[in-house]
Amino acid sequence: MARWGTRRFDIRVQPGFGTIALFTFALLYLPIVTLVVYAFNGSDSLSSWGGFSLRWFADAARNGAVQDAALRSFIVAVLAAGIATVAATMAAIATTRTAPYRGLGFKYAFINQPLMVPEIVTAVALLIVFSRVKVWTGYSGLGYLVLAHTAFCIPFAYLPIRARLEGMDSSLERAAADLYATPWMAFRRVTLPLLRPGIIAGFMLAFVISLDDVVITEFVKSGGQDTLPTYMLGQIRRAVTPEINAIATAFLALSVLLVTVFFFINRRKA
Amino acid sequence: MASAAEIAKRAERENIRGRWLLSAPALVIIFIAAIGPLFVMLAYSFMTKGDYGDVKPVFSLDGWFSVFFQRDIFDDTLSIADAHLSIIWRSVRLSVITTLATLALGFPTAYFIATRPRHTREMWVFLVTIPFWTNLLIRTFAMQQVIRNEGVLNTGLRALGIIDQPLQIMYTDWAILFGMVYVYLPLMVLPLYASMEKLDFRLVEAGYDLYASRLAVLRRIIIPLVKPGIVAGSILVFIPSLGAYVIPRVLGGGKNLMLGNLIELQFGSGRNWPLGAALSITLMAVVMLALMVYVRNAARSGAGHG
Repeated sequence: MARWGTRRFDIRVQPGFGTIALFTFALLYLPIVTLVVYAFNGSDSLSSWGGFSLRWFADAARNGAVQDAALRSFIVAVLAAGIATVAATMAAIATTRTAPYRGLGFKYAFINQPLMVPEIVTAVALLIVFSRVKVWTGYSGLGYLVLAHTAFCIPFAYLPIRARLEGMDSSLERAAADLYATPWMAFRRVTLPLLRPGIIAGFMLAFVISLDDVVITEFVKSGGQDTLPTYMLGQIRRAVTPEINAIATAFLALSVLLVTVFFFINRRKA
Repeated sequence: MASAAEIAKRAERENIRGRWLLSAPALVIIFIAAIGPLFVMLAYSFMTKGDYGDVKPVFSLDGWFSVFFQRDIFDDTLSIADAHLSIIWRSVRLSVITTLATLALGFPTAYFIATRPRHTREMWVFLVTIPFWTNLLIRTFAMQQVIRNEGVLNTGLRALGIIDQPLQIMYTDWAILFGMVYVYLPLMVLPLYASMEKLDFRLVEAGYDLYASRLAVLRRIIIPLVKPGIVAGSILVFIPSLGAYVIPRVLGGGKNLMLGNLIELQFGSGRNWPLGAALSITLMAVVMLALMVYVRNAARSGAGHG
């Protein structure tokens, strides 16, 4: 007892906070762990445990609809994140390392706008416009999805690129100009290599955001254009089998991998 | 001959023109696929509804009118649109409760992380970040597996002998609430942590030196200092909660709609696009209002700290 009596009074402790924090972490991970465990369930339904099995992963991998949706998700995400990253890089160069000029605040507001409007609102607004355009042009391909995804990916790609640029000194580019580099050469040989970590981080953020999107995709897609999330949304409302768990688990693994890589890229920079 | 000042001015103008050209692709894409359509939607909210969805290009206030009122189909009398107002009210109520619940869990959690030794803090933050970047639909689906009748929660409670019949949580407001608290919790913890990390514990120590109790220190010192984080977290949770669509669709039952689902309904089987557009703009206006409160608050606290 005496040992406890001599312990110093810790000013950082608040009673009960540690318990609540551990409860919160349990709450954050219990559902995810449940989902993953049931993906390896050998039983036919989610109500009973039928031993460890990979059969649902095999089923999902053989399912043609899942293959289609996964491929479509990937194509849309690569195109949207790619275009968004290029546009965001250009916009970031145009809005950093400058004295404030007229329209700068307007540009910030414009670029961040997709973050501020609820997704469902953008989704129905796009439904209104694109349903008309689809009738007028007769084109109902993946272009609409790519365009819609690119728009909401831009602010996510823009954030890390702008942060990187703001920490960069423009004296190196000026030195290149002094050595008779054309503006393009200075950009290719000096700015771009310095900017690379920001661009990679921006692309990855945009890629994950596009891959995860449900709401806007659900309203913009034409018939037969399910991405993996909208396919899952449709399936969840029907009879749920562990196959959905298997798809979700694979998806989860990919997201965690990307986030981990992103985390370490950012940490090395700091 | 142009003077040096004129040359400098021209260079400056060219610089700014170049900057507009560079930002043009991003601005154009966002205009076409995000901002522009909102204006089209605003116009649609003032048109007449078409027979099979879509609209007729005839000016009408019916869309806005029917957000709040309904006309009886037999005798044309007006009454308050109970169904819409109750869904709007449910959305606001559930969003407020979600915000308070995430604050109750998130505040101690952020404080816990901020008081860990420096080298382990990053790991705790990473543990909050992973669920944050996990697909929202997957997390909603994961919550469904916990709270459904044969789920982990009910099985666990039954094994412990606390209940003998499974609790019907799925398809109720409770399910939506659990789902939203779970999904939006990281959005509360991260900004709270950002302001707690900067907390100066010398002020806390001074409080104890002056014989303050733990509760008094929490109420009079810690909470006022991290208020910007509390406001930021609350706004970040409240806004997506209010516009939630996937969570109530997956976890709520047919009758347990929120504003997002009511909007979808007007574009689907409801076939009332002007009403759907008016509801969307209403939702957006509420969100903008919340954001303005946040910006004003942020500006004030920024000015206070210099």
